[in-house]
Amino acid sequence: MKTNDTTRRDFIATGLLAGLTVAGCSTNKNPFQPDATEQVVPSGEKVKLLSVNGEVIEVDKAFLKPVPSLPTVSNEAARLGIPGKKFVMVIDLSRCKNLKKCQASCNHMHQIHPGQNWIKVHPMQEAENTAPYWQPTTCMHCDEPPCVKVCPVDATFKRQDGIVLIDSDRCIGCRFCMAACPYSTRVFNWEELDLPKAVAELPYSCETSVPQKVGTVGKCDFCPDMVRQGELPHCVSACPNGVFLFGDVNEDSVTNGAETFRFSELVKDKAGYRLMEDLGTKPSVYYLPPVNRNFPFEKEEEGEEAAHTKS
Amino acid sequence: MEISAKQKITEDLLPQKFGKPGMIWVGVLLALCTLGLVAYIRQLSKGLVVTGMRDYVSWGIYISNFVFFVAISLVGSLITAVLRLSDVHWSTPLTRIAEIIAVSAITFASLIIIVDMGRPERFYNLFLHGRLQSPIIWDVIVITTYFFVSILLLYIPLMPDLAIMIKFKDKTSKGLHKVYSYLGSFWKNNPAQISISSKAINILSVTIIPVAFAIHTVTSWLFATTYRPGWDSTNFGAYFISGAFLVGAGGVIVAMYIFRKAYKLEKYITESHFDRMGKVLVLLALLYLYFNVNEFLVPAFKMKKSEEEHLLGLFTGEFAPVFWFAITTAMIIPILILIFKKGRKPLPAFIAGILVVIGSWFKRYLIVTPTLLHPFLPMDNVPEAYKHYYPTWEEWAIAIGSLAGAMLIITIFARIFPIIPIQETLDETEELEHHQQTIATPQ
Repeated sequence: MKTNDTTRRDFIATGLLAGLTVAGCSTNKNPFQPDATEQVVPSGEKVKLLSVNGEVIEVDKAFLKPVPSLPTVSNEAARLGIPGKKFVMVIDLSRCKNLKKCQASCNHMHQIHPGQNWIKVHPMQEAENTAPYWQPTTCMHCDEPPCVKVCPVDATFKRQDGIVLIDSDRCIGCRFCMAACPYSTRVFNWEELDLPKAVAELPYSCETSVPQKVGTVGKCDFCPDMVRQGELPHCVSACPNGVFLFGDVNEDSVTNGAETFRFSELVKDKAGYRLMEDLGTKPSVYYLPPVNRNFPFEKEEEGEEAAHTKS
Repeated sequence: MEISAKQKITEDLLPQKFGKPGMIWVGVLLALCTLGLVAYIRQLSKGLVVTGMRDYVSWGIYISNFVFFVAISLVGSLITAVLRLSDVHWSTPLTRIAEIIAVSAITFASLIIIVDMGRPERFYNLFLHGRLQSPIIWDVIVITTYFFVSILLLYIPLMPDLAIMIKFKDKTSKGLHKVYSYLGSFWKNNPAQISISSKAINILSVTIIPVAFAIHTVTSWLFATTYRPGWDSTNFGAYFISGAFLVGAGGVIVAMYIFRKAYKLEKYITESHFDRMGKVLVLLALLYLYFNVNEFLVPAFKMKKSEEEHLLGLFTGEFAPVFWFAITTAMIIPILILIFKKGRKPLPAFIAGILVVIGSWFKRYLIVTPTLLHPFLPMDNVPEAYKHYYPTWEEWAIAIGSLAGAMLIITIFARIFPIIPIQETLDETEELEHHQQTIATPQ
């Protein structure tokens, strides 16, 4: 965890410095030189910062400006992914009661277009006489991703940390990836929405996937921006029942924030499986079968579609 | 051959001004194109939300139209190359009709694929960031190649005719004369040029066959390289190619009939041409029917769970009316008409051709949409509208506009250039006469 801490500290310091530099560049004035329009009175309160050279420097708090939200990482870095990691998700079907908190938080954090969802919760039933259950689906972040194979412009790509991302600045909107994905996980931004100014002005990064860009494809991204900060993806932390477990195969651990498991043991003990194994897509999302369930399968409201027989 | 006979043939085949029906025809096509353009401008400003496509049916009638255009363009290679190389001479008057159909169809195939893009202004990314492993890039490469080879196969045999057109200065307008001079004034009709040109045509004819197979095979792979029921088929390349030759040949029969009527070409496009093209069409329809049986009977025998919904939707469900309409109009009725000698007269053959073209368009629709409505995981957590596909007026306007545009190119081409090769007809008539003379007067 040590290396992680350093990168994080570096990142914050660099961000602050970058913020200062940007502020300086844009006004073409020395930010430490008070001018007529912007009088900065030193508060006397000093803040210690780590410079890019590794030296600890002291700056008066008054000179610090809020960092404009810059893309967390460059496009090149976002395409490479986080070195040494191999992310994995485990979805425990025995805990899901279709609360859809995962969906709501995902939709909110990614500013997904109304009506669309990156996370879907399917009512499933293997056969006529077997028990129905709820199956949340995210992007499977396949190790042999059919969507990446067909993309003509490298707009969707597989990173070294296992995450499959979309670069909406490059996507040409041909939608071949949507046809290729057997899990129907991808959505298309059919129209331009009037976004709140704060959202619309956010700098786009393929790690945040915000704001959604019209005419391009979107999908679950495993929240690499959160993961880079050492946080869990939004769906994982939003689920009150701990259905989603997220982690790193190399560390062999997955967690929902409250409980942490050894990934290999969990999948072995509870007979984990992946969806449509026969297609050879090698998903990064594992499912634990809906046995010893925490909740009975209940339709939340009238008119909810009947459980589908699995294909 | 006598000079006057030559003169007669040449004058018969010169391009003619539009009559009143011609003007109306062009006007209607222009109006449809304009409507399509208006719809496309709406789509550009509002995004693809103006279409009926949504996340499940993410490809709609634009892609069907694309497949249709690529399919019909294959006929250029069939008539010009396959028949030419097999030394079939009766098809000579049809080569230019076939080739202009190929060029205009492949042009609109490229345009309609740009219309389908969410971000058409990023088209250059295909060249900047193109990845060879994507079948779309293969399609870009082979379609571009096919376009240029087809243009050459249209242009090179046209050069001697351009020289003839230049000679008829008094019969053409000044502007057109300039076009002819620009395109063909270097043609001296000397043996050296003729030899180079015939060599070039031979090389192009050989080249275009694999390229033609490639364009439609790759187009079929856009579907067959995915996992989806209805597309996941090893039969797809051959299935697409046979269907393509069928619709192309149907299109040629329709064009033959119209040009014959409009330009009074009864002496050049004869009943025997309809008879022969009719036989070709029967063969192609049977071939396509054979591939259809393969495509549907084999999976239907097994009725795998994932295929079941899709197949039942086609046979007896939501898409059954369109499915059986397409099968009967594109194959069964044309076969029943053309199998009889009387059915291969111009008018019934023309009707059979129209049926083939219409049925084939709906067949392309069925190849694209029903599969997308039967994904592996059920359609949940989406608005009700996402579970169906009804094309909007914008989509219909653009699709019809593109079809009108392709016909407009063919019409204008026939107005400017002789639609039946003059020089080749003269040469063949001469050869034929020479042949008859040698038989009549044995040494």
